Amino acid sequence: MRPEDVKVCVLRIEGTNCEDETFNAFKILGADPEKVHLNQLDGHAPELMQRSLEDYDVLALPGGFSAGDYIRAGAIFAARIRSALSVDLTRFVEQEKPVIGICNGFQILVELGLLPAFEETMSPMPTAALFTNDSARFECRPTLLRNDNRGNCLFTSRIPKGEVVMFPSAHAEGKLLSMDPDLVERLDDNDQIVFRYVDQDGEQSGYPWNPNGSPDDVAGICNPAGNVLGLMPHPERALSRFTHPDWTRGYEKEEGDGLAVFRSIMDHVRG
Amino acid sequence: MAVIEIKIELKKGVADPEGQNTKKALELLGFSGVRSVKTVKTFQMELDAEGDAALAMGQEMCRKLLANPVIQSFHVELK
Repeated sequence: MRPEDVKVCVLRIEGTNCEDETFNAFKILGADPEKVHLNQLDGHAPELMQRSLEDYDVLALPGGFSAGDYIRAGAIFAARIRSALSVDLTRFVEQEKPVIGICNGFQILVELGLLPAFEETMSPMPTAALFTNDSARFECRPTLLRNDNRGNCLFTSRIPKGEVVMFPSAHAEGKLLSMDPDLVERLDDNDQIVFRYVDQDGEQSGYPWNPNGSPDDVAGICNPAGNVLGLMPHPERALSRFTHPDWTRGYEKEEGDGLAVFRSIMDHVRG
Repeated sequence: MAVIEIKIELKKGVADPEGQNTKKALELLGFSGVRSVKTVKTFQMELDAEGDAALAMGQEMCRKLLANPVIQSFHVELK
């Protein structure tokens, strides 16, 4: 499959604000991304603008403040997707097509029941929550993440296990909570933990390296099949070396760390 | 028509950073004896439905959108 044949749906509603960066990430790699409003998928758009989820190879839920973060972050977007698209979306995920949710997108995936998804592809009720940071503040800064996935997650195939990458974080609700007291253990058993917040030595050090207080410094998780990823930090804000905070102070990589996530998606789709 | 009030509260055991920070700020302002502060969200709605049907509708709204059962409990009552 040629890169330009990889069709990516960057799904947005009112209040989404990272769709341009997410679109660019795929565009840089030669794919065919499209910013699609939810109304275009659920029949609320004029005929020429209507789209069908099954025509895409990748679904990306970008960051932002969808529907103003009212009720809970991501809750309204998730409820609208659930009412309009749950059959299509379940099929999409079961076909092992990649679904990535960044920041608000992660909150949406959790509200939708697509993560952590221990029992089924999409649980009828959320089984986890991304709740207010321990600091009760919007935490916005570069964060260091260690890839702790043992190979289940398709989104980190280009990042060696144990490698530390820098993606910026910017959120007020990023603390992963569940009713299950063994959440982290279960995630780990299934190889669903993808990224953990770490310090400059690659060690887990809690706040402020972990901006939100998530248990065991978990920053990003995937579903048991490894084709749905949700993470709070923003790989799409780290595409170029020029957006790295140290780019004038000795940062030597050719590109930003975030691009590896999108390259991994492309590798998977292109086979 | 019925008016219902829906209260969304954090479940017992879920930390309430907003409440804790509010308590701290109140203490800094000189309010003493603030034993605890918790945040509760309230929705008031006018519905065409009546009585039990209105309550049932409110509860369904909580399950579908207004509350996340992992961290929140809800209470619906007629006003």
